[in-house]
Order: sequence, then C-alpha cells, then structure tokens
Amino acid sequence: MSAVLPLGWAVLLPVLLLAVTWAVVAADVLAAGRAGGRPVPWTVAALTPAREALRLLVGQRRRAVGGDELLRGIGGAVLPLAALLAAVVLPLGLRPVADLGVGIVWFNAMEVFAWAAVWLVGWGSNSTLSLIGGYRFVAQGLAWELPHMFALITAAVGAQSLRVTDVVAAQQGLWFVVIMPVAFVAFLLSVAAMAFWGPFGAPVGRDVAGGAAAELGGVDRLVFVTGRWLLLVAAAAMAVPLFLGGGHGPWLPAWAWVLVKTLAVLAAVVALRHRLPTIRMERWTEFSLVVLTPATIAQALVVTLVALGEGGLR
Amino acid sequence: MNLQAFLVVAAALVSVGLFGALTQQSIVMVMMGLELLLNGVILAAAAFWYFLAPSGTEGQVLIVIVVTAMAIEMAAGFAVTTAIYRAKRIDMTDDATELRG
Amino acid sequence: MTTALFVVLAATAVVAGALVFRVDSMARATFLLLLSFLAVAGLVLMTGLQYVGLVIVLMMVIEMVVMAVFMIMYMMNPAGLMSMSMFHNTRGAAVIAAATFVALAGGALLVDWPVRGGSPAPDPTMALGESLMSGQMLTMMTLGVTLFATIVGTVVLATGRGRYDRLGDELDAPASDDRDRGGVGR
Repeated sequence: MSAVLPLGWAVLLPVLLLAVTWAVVAADVLAAGRAGGRPVPWTVAALTPAREALRLLVGQRRRAVGGDELLRGIGGAVLPLAALLAAVVLPLGLRPVADLGVGIVWFNAMEVFAWAAVWLVGWGSNSTLSLIGGYRFVAQGLAWELPHMFALITAAVGAQSLRVTDVVAAQQGLWFVVIMPVAFVAFLLSVAAMAFWGPFGAPVGRDVAGGAAAELGGVDRLVFVTGRWLLLVAAAAMAVPLFLGGGHGPWLPAWAWVLVKTLAVLAAVVALRHRLPTIRMERWTEFSLVVLTPATIAQALVVTLVALGEGGLR
Repeated sequence: MNLQAFLVVAAALVSVGLFGALTQQSIVMVMMGLELLLNGVILAAAAFWYFLAPSGTEGQVLIVIVVTAMAIEMAAGFAVTTAIYRAKRIDMTDDATELRG
Repeated sequence: MTTALFVVLAATAVVAGALVFRVDSMARATFLLLLSFLAVAGLVLMTGLQYVGLVIVLMMVIEMVVMAVFMIMYMMNPAGLMSMSMFHNTRGAAVIAAATFVALAGGALLVDWPVRGGSPAPDPTMALGESLMSGQMLTMMTLGVTLFATIVGTVVLATGRGRYDRLGDELDAPASDDRDRGGVGR
C-alpha cells in the first residue's frame, strides 16, 4: 500500500469537501431555525444550499465604480483555492492526496492565504464598509495566528514529525486531544476565526452591512461564501488527524472514522455557533494575546517535556 | 537550471530592489525595495546550498537569518515611520532631515 | 520541464519585482511584491528545501498583508487614482543598480565555482532542525534575542501614549484616562 491515494482522488477531493460543506450548511440552517424559534423542516434545510447557489449563479454581479476588479477577483478566487490546497494533506482514511514531509507547514501556509484573500476583496470593492471588513479580518488574524501555530506545533512535537500521516500514526494508542486539550481548543477557536465565522464573523458583520462581502453579488458572492465554508470544513477536518486520532478506531474502516469524526467536529462548531454572540475584535485580540498565546506556549512546553521524558528524539 | 542561472536571477532581484530603495520617496516604498533586495539574497543562499554545499545546513540557516532580518526590518521600519509621522506628519524620506550633517 | 518551470518562476520573480515600482496602486504594488516572493519560494522549493520554501510563503503572505495596511496608512495616494511621480534621483539610482547587476551577474558567470561537495541530507528539514538545536544554537539564540529586542523597541517607538501619559508622572493615577477600555490600563 503506497502512502498516498491514487491521483484520481485529487479530482474527488473537491467533490468530497463540497458534499461535506453542503451537509454543514444544511445543518447550520436547521440550527439557525431552532435558535431563532422558527424551526425549518429538514427537507427545506437540505435543499437550501442548492437553492442559494442557484440564486447567486443567476443573480446580477455588482461592479464597484473605481474599484479594483482585478484584485477583488483574485481575492475571491484565492479563498476557495486556499481551502482546497490546504486539504490535500488531509488523510482521507489513512492516506492523503499528497503526503508531504512538511504537511503541517503546508496546511498552515495555504490557509494563511485567506488573509490576503479577504483583505483583497475588501480593498477591491472600493467601499468603506468593505475595507473595514478587510481590516477587521487582519486584526483578528494577527490574534488567532499565534495560538493556531502553537497548536499545530504542539501536535507536531507530540508526533515528532511534520508529516500528517506520522501524526496520525502516533495516535494509534492515545488521541492527542487527551494530552494536549488546550491546543485542541485553541485550534478549534482558530478554525472558526480563520473562516471568519460564528463569533468571529465581525469581518462580514451586520454592523458594517456585510463588511468585506458587502459589495459582492451574483457569482462573486457565491465563490466568496463557498470559499469561506470550504475553509471552515477543511480546517475543522484537520482537527481529526491532528488531535482526534485520524482514521484510528474500532470496527469501522479508516475512511468512515475520518468522516464520522469530521462531521462530529463540525456539528460541535455549528451547535456552538448559535449559542455565542459575535465577539468584538479588540476583546478577542486581548484574550488571544494575553491568555490563549501563553496557554498554548505552556501546552507546547508540557508536550515537549513529555516527549523528552519518553526518550527524546526518535 | 544551474548555479549561474540562479545567481543571475538573484542579481537581477538585488539590483531592482536597490533601484527601488534608492529612487522611492516614500519611506514605506523604500522598505519594499529593501525587501526585494533581501529576496534576491534568499534565492542566492538556496542556490549556493544546492549547487555547492548541499551536505551542510549553512544555506538553510542563512535563509532563516535573512527571513528573520526581513521581519525585523519591516517591524523596525514601520515603527520609525510611525514615530516620525506622529512627531512631524511626514512620510517622505526627503522631509526627514534631522540627521543631515 | 524543470527548465521551463525555472524560467517561468524566475521571470515572474523579476518582472513582478520590477512592476512594484511602476504601478500607481499601493495595493497592487504590495501584492506584486508578494508574487515575486512566491516565485522565489517556488525556486527555493525546486532546490528541495521544502520547509524553508513553505516558511517563506507563510511569512510573506502575512507580512505583505500587514505591509498593505501600512502602505494605505502612510501613502498620500494609496489607490493610485491620480497619477503622480514618487521618484527622486532616478538617473543616479539607475546607474548604481545597473552597475550592481553587472558586477554581481558578471561575478556569477566568471567565477570558477567549486564542484558540488556531497549530497543533500535525506531530510533537509530534520537536518536544519538538528543543526539549529546543536551547532547553530548560538545563531538561533541570537535571532531570538534580536526579535525580542525588536518587539520592545518597536513598541516603544510606535506607541502614542505610554504609561506616563496614561497614569500620570508618578504612575499613581487610580485608573488610566484612555478613551478605549481594555488592555493593561483597564
């Protein structure tokens, strides 16, 4: 058995991600209906993603006067691309599409393109509110990137490898979430923040009339919104190989475990989303830099000491 | 693909960066020139590592140093720009003449 | 194939780098510089340095977004909506830059480079890590201390209201008089 999936999976990966995204959007519609006191039948919720997509596809695109169409287009396209590229190191089962020796750094480097994407969309729209949205994302990004990186590093230290399949292999007995709970929580927080979603939705918040996405219409908005959901799904799916044992588990085959765990993580974030208000950037920044960053550093230190205690470098 | 080709590209990047750093009036643009210059240094370091001494790690360490230098350069540059702007409302190199002898 | 990739990446790096100083829009200038960095990162990846190449990508994306924020903040014409020249001493600089290029490229082509010694470690990332944590430890520690000094120095330089402004000359004010709550002066 080779370490990577056959090449055809590279084509299948976006389809899989989109399918999971569909399910998550539908679940989010259901949860929103329940939280709002007006429950939506699940048949309606299941069709909502398709209906919205079709509506946006036939909808009118909007061109901003004096806007930078080129930069806005690049920004919008980069968002889903970043999510897809980050997902190539995700083990679907026990094997990923590309088993890079520095897979964790690859994931980090790709997902960070969201910074450029959101800012570019906000800038290119030539609207004050859009630009404010873009700036908000950068401000939040500076806050979540550090705990996020420390969480990734902690998992890599635990496995003593930057290769994602090695991280999965190291969790055959014990899931990393048990020995690094702080890193896991920080990772989940940064997943939502990376997709500027839920409590971290200020960059596209209602108080700035849609923020970075304010001036997007038609297919532009479809690409942007899809990219944002894909980013959430890809990043949440990464929590499975990093902290939740990947494809390891009894009875079921590896791919089924990955799917079940990914859906469980996403269900947890979707359920939490409707219980939490949007957090202001300055409060999140303060919490992140004063509490979360030191906590994740301490977590990395503890895991390092454990790794050293177990015999140091393999 | 050989050492000479890499080094010529690196030399081009260094020269373009130098040209930018020397001609730009805005302090921020000067820093963009310096970044481009260091970009050439990174490329040259990678080429030297690969084509001359691949068994060692000095090339990689040099790149790590240059990348850190870029971060420091940018942080310090923006801090100085901010300080000058706060004090005198200027953002052009030609206006910052305190140290002219 | 490799040669074609090299030519494309090299041309992208140099052309995007040169365009940085030609375009009027500061946002475009910043992201052209990013494109140049990404092309160089691609070239570095081609030499087999996976970790360093990806770190360049990671760092430069963040750095250029932050750069864009400052560009917009401090340029009088950030969107380049009116065309204006922001150059000085173009001719002298062109001569210096051309001379530098001739000297460097000439040196690259004329020097009799030594033959390749040894072969890359099976995992260059591992080799880098081991080297930074043993032989090059001093380098790593120097970088760490320098970065820390930079953080302190830049905050001191860039801060608008220090603690003496917020808490009085004797630092004995019961609460800071900041407009915005939060932080250490809450």
